[in-house]
Amino acid sequence: MAENRKIVIPGETIVTGGNYLPSDGTYRDNEDVVAMKYGLASIDDQRVKVIPLSGKYFPRRGNTIIGTIVDITMNGWLIDFGAPGKSFLSLNEVPRYINKNELRDFLDFGDSVVVKIWNIGARGIDVSMKMRGFGRIEGGMLIDVNPNKVPRIIGKEGSMVRLIRGATNCNLTVGQNGKVWIRGDSLDNEINVRKIVEYIVENSAISGLTEKVENFIKGLGLTVVKEERAPVSEEVKGEEIVSNDENKSSEDSIKDEKVEEVKMEKTE
Amino acid sequence: MIMSKVIIPKLQVERIISALKENKRLDGRSPLEYRDIKVERNLSNSAESSVSVKIGKTEVYCGVKMAVTTPYSDSPNAGTFMMTAEMHPMASNNFDMGRPGINAIELARVIDRGIRESGFIDFEGLCIKEGEKVWQVFVDVIIVNDDGNLFDATGLAALIALGSAKLPVYDKEEDKLEHELSNIPLPLNKELMSFNMTLYKVGDKIIVDPSREEEEISDYRLSVAFGDNDGEARITALQKGRAGVINTEDMKNILKVVEDKFATMFPKVKTFVWDE
Amino acid sequence: MVESLYKKRIDGRAFNELRPIKTKVGIIPSADGSAMFETGGTRAIAVVRGPRTLHPQHMQDSKTGILRVNYGMMPFSVWDRIRPGPSRRSEEISKVCEWALSSVLDLSAFPNSVVDVFIQIPQADAGTRVAGLNAAAMALADAGLPMKEMISAIAVGKCDRTLVVDVDKAEEDFHEGEGPTDIPVAITSRTKNVALLQLDGKISVSELAEAIEMAKVACGDILKVQMEALKNRKGGDDNE
Repeated sequence: MAENRKIVIPGETIVTGGNYLPSDGTYRDNEDVVAMKYGLASIDDQRVKVIPLSGKYFPRRGNTIIGTIVDITMNGWLIDFGAPGKSFLSLNEVPRYINKNELRDFLDFGDSVVVKIWNIGARGIDVSMKMRGFGRIEGGMLIDVNPNKVPRIIGKEGSMVRLIRGATNCNLTVGQNGKVWIRGDSLDNEINVRKIVEYIVENSAISGLTEKVENFIKGLGLTVVKEERAPVSEEVKGEEIVSNDENKSSEDSIKDEKVEEVKMEKTE
Repeated sequence: MIMSKVIIPKLQVERIISALKENKRLDGRSPLEYRDIKVERNLSNSAESSVSVKIGKTEVYCGVKMAVTTPYSDSPNAGTFMMTAEMHPMASNNFDMGRPGINAIELARVIDRGIRESGFIDFEGLCIKEGEKVWQVFVDVIIVNDDGNLFDATGLAALIALGSAKLPVYDKEEDKLEHELSNIPLPLNKELMSFNMTLYKVGDKIIVDPSREEEEISDYRLSVAFGDNDGEARITALQKGRAGVINTEDMKNILKVVEDKFATMFPKVKTFVWDE
Repeated sequence: MVESLYKKRIDGRAFNELRPIKTKVGIIPSADGSAMFETGGTRAIAVVRGPRTLHPQHMQDSKTGILRVNYGMMPFSVWDRIRPGPSRRSEEISKVCEWALSSVLDLSAFPNSVVDVFIQIPQADAGTRVAGLNAAAMALADAGLPMKEMISAIAVGKCDRTLVVDVDKAEEDFHEGEGPTDIPVAITSRTKNVALLQLDGKISVSELAEAIEMAKVACGDILKVQMEALKNRKGGDDNE
């Protein structure tokens, strides 16, 4: 893990030298690699980038996002997910055959979905729910968080999510766009999850976060369960898709595609 | 400029309503519970008074400015009072640039009515010379962050600003307003103070201090301005908004809530206004 | 060489001394970026919303996002109440600020979108547009937008024949000798270019050159304050 992380502001020189490669959020100015965004500078194997700490969600291919159906077209659905423009889910990107007359029966206005971005083009963003673990979601509640804090909520290889699930017996699905779906066996537990997530967001910058979160959980009167896998409630199906790269830390959010338990809703 | 209408996801609507059946809201509050209220004074050293009021994350700024003017012919010994409210686009993605829309106009007029009708402002105390010179009181509100319940935040800010306002130094001979404040408080009938509380019907419950989502899915809202009349609640203004209708059961509940809140909330409002 | 009538500053500062600065990033929870910049008796808040879809459609640019700045003073920010709503002055200030900020922003990644920057002044004691720009630059950075560099701004003044940095209202009203001259300047942080320049008053060419040099030094100091505010922003931010 690169320890050379410091907060930089636009126009600031991160590092000097022709051997460095300016990547996301940086540019080259003669010998200097310069920050083009406000965030955490990171140097990994000569590649220099800036990881934003704040600001809107910037969609990236491969991201898992949670959104709401806001329009239905001739051959698909338009989904709002809190960024400019809408994303498009084509008829062809759902798990079973839907004919043009059945669009609204399958996904209606106001329905919430977990989808994956598979293409970002000039026309807009294309998403899919063909894969396991994606689909319409029902029940529970949604909350909005700063999208830049998503890696802290998920934790290293999903550890934070597992901690929350174990303590509250709730499932949570965290979209890279900062939407979090919480579903549990009781409203009180769902509210507890919300409070824990808000605590994480508020204290994301401090070290020893996991321990502080554990104390916060205990403060809510809940138990910290130290298990590999959290207990799964009967109603929920789905699978945990974890990034294959063991070396990635939880801060390396841009390429992470962690999807936690999702309920796949059959519509019939 | 047309902004897109806010769409609340169905599952969220269902959750808000099912939670209310358990007498809870999604942030753990009970139906008649207000979020934390924070007040900051003296935003501007060029104002007769100025405050910021936060209810949860909703924040409004309010300032009182005064001027000397000729009175209206039908009330030669009374000062004047005018309230404006700006739903500034900095406060929400749903507010547009441009002239105040109907929401901002209604907001200002409802709060204005509650204050004016209560008699809180001592209009005769604002008279400098009958028929010739009176004080003109401006209360300007700017919404800085919208997270629901703009009515109550605006109403509270206006009360606190009026309650702490001082008259500018005025030279009667020269008819000149100095750029400094006197020690004379704005003339008020303190005991007539009236607080605006807005009730919302969401699902089958009456709630106060809604979140943005609760506001969006509410059937109707009822703003009630009430004050203390010898230990009893006295209503000085009402406004029902949105298209839903109030049934008989609701009406009974609403009146009960007003009485309960008069007992529990009104004393708190007084401590904010008089900075006790 | 005629001596200037303005030998000592009204508030006792040195000629190149800034007023005390207070600043904070992340003050409006629902905004994409926000900041407050206060210098002496002037306070400015800047709020960024965007990128977001630009309506009406005919204003959209398919090659890039556009920047829109709106500056306004709150009615109670000055002794003589300002009627709510735009004025010719506020429209002009909005435009020059927009030009200044767009020189460092790169919105090519957001076609058909707009980034709205709202600058509001709750308390004014001269130098409101430059305070607003300083806040706006931090707010844009806070919004995570691509910026080649930062921008800092200051109002240099001339009272009779004395050049001073960070003019306050009392100095703006100094009418002895050659009277007051007000020179708002914005300097880009890395390339040290002039992104905003206005003047009203009377000044010689050499005095103007000196004023701009003084502005560059002052802006370097302001940049340090902006940098510190951004670097020390708590993780528990108000912006969601």
